[in-house]
Amino acid sequence: MTEKVYHYPLWIRLWHVFNALLCLVLIVTGISMQFSEPNRSLVPFDLAVSIHNSAAILLIINYLYFLIVNRLSGNRMHYKITEKGYVKMLITQFRYYTLGIFRGEKTPFPVSEVRKFNPLQQFAYIVILYWFFPLIIITGLGLFFPEMIITRIFGISGLFLTDLFHILSGFVVSMFMIVHIYFCTMGTRLTSLFKGMINGWVEIH
Amino acid sequence: MKYKYWRRSRVIPFTLLLSNLVYVSFGLDPAASAPLVADTAFTKSAFYDQNEQCFRCHGNSKYTYFNPVSEKDVSATMCENRVIHRNEFYTANHRSFACVDCHAAEYDTFPHPGQLRMEAPYNCIDCHGYDEQYAQYHFEEIEEEFQQSTHYTANGDAFTCWKCHNPHTYRINIRNSTSMQQSIAYDNQICLNCHSDFERFQLLSDREEINLIQKHEWLPNQGLHFSQVRCIECHARLNDSLMVAHRIMPKDKSVKRCVECHSQNSLLMSSLYKFQAKESRSDAGFLNSIILNDAFVIGANRNIILNRISLIVFFASLGLMLMHLLLRMIFKRND
Repeated sequence: MTEKVYHYPLWIRLWHVFNALLCLVLIVTGISMQFSEPNRSLVPFDLAVSIHNSAAILLIINYLYFLIVNRLSGNRMHYKITEKGYVKMLITQFRYYTLGIFRGEKTPFPVSEVRKFNPLQQFAYIVILYWFFPLIIITGLGLFFPEMIITRIFGISGLFLTDLFHILSGFVVSMFMIVHIYFCTMGTRLTSLFKGMINGWVEIH
Repeated sequence: MKYKYWRRSRVIPFTLLLSNLVYVSFGLDPAASAPLVADTAFTKSAFYDQNEQCFRCHGNSKYTYFNPVSEKDVSATMCENRVIHRNEFYTANHRSFACVDCHAAEYDTFPHPGQLRMEAPYNCIDCHGYDEQYAQYHFEEIEEEFQQSTHYTANGDAFTCWKCHNPHTYRINIRNSTSMQQSIAYDNQICLNCHSDFERFQLLSDREEINLIQKHEWLPNQGLHFSQVRCIECHARLNDSLMVAHRIMPKDKSVKRCVECHSQNSLLMSSLYKFQAKESRSDAGFLNSIILNDAFVIGANRNIILNRISLIVFFASLGLMLMHLLLRMIFKRND
């Protein structure tokens, strides 16, 4: 029988599913607004604005919930880079994904009681959750309360720059979602990581 | 009837003055490219001293005259709508005029003869219309558009050009603008003069007081819209041959679809940013980059380069993942 470890308690699974759904809604409405045309829009503009704003507020609440519970539960340790030679570890993991996986090699950093994420996975989560999420939230709040934005920054419209960073970070998060879903097919079996996000148990490699 | 006054006026000096007006106010004179206020701050009108005869009383909220019956100087309050502030007049479009260019010379007597009040004032078309010199501004078409506007259809001749364009204070604004924000505020104030001042509004309408904030509650980011666009962007029908739309529409026909502005072919390019759009085109990668100079309109400003890069990244990632998946399947089968 395959050994399993309970890495995803209910609180994190709930956060994850809401986060995923809200991100999807935000991506669809965001694209709809950005490429709106009188005769072809994914979602009518005014509706897209309302949905985008509401989903954004829920996403912020969900993110704050993640930050707080993540810290209180001790799960935060999985998002901290503590090991030495981290860059080398990243390269090793990258080499595994680009070569080793095809050769049938064992994953260099298998999931265990203490290791939840491999280094590349951990780095991606840190970048998205601790760099791009704050950026997208701050710029989004700026667009929500545009009177707060500095009118001009180095001669460029502050509103424009805020929107540019919002859209760029939105694109990065969107791309992350796609890559994230694909990488989830690389568990012990094709569907094992998806199952893990439903029942909380992850199979150890 | 109106043309009678034109003939009665001193035609030659008036024509000279008008040509001066056109050169300055329509930016044909290089010196007029600077903001109007700065332009005239140190300019003294050729008729300054002559106009002072009027401004002596009409330039202040009170005036003094000699009463020959009581043989005393008497101070009286000037009716508010008869007060013309010098600084406003001498920075306005008609600043180079003498008062008597438009008003009868008989006003130089006091008390003014009562029948003068019955004179119909000139309208824009009386001086600016049917003249090749002003042909490019299409005053005749402006007049036609205005006569189809809800202002005119609801009020008829009681609603004249002057209701919006005060001849003593009006300045051509947006085409000489160095600050779009100020120009928008200036233009919107023209509407707000009546639409947010019920006492003035009542002069022409029997409707109940309108709360503009409530009426526009449906508009997201209301404050931002009010400061970034003019009322006429949504409330006037565009006319391609006119730089500024003059056909104010009834409220049920105003623009309410967000995508009219929030789209690649933003309506703002044909209205608020029409002057800039005519003068400059940018190929720096941004569509509608003119709007970008002053504001950011979601859906209207698009960066071609970023769009292309994002599409390349998206499809390249998708391709890499598919290839990776395929290779995984092939190598797994071989094991």
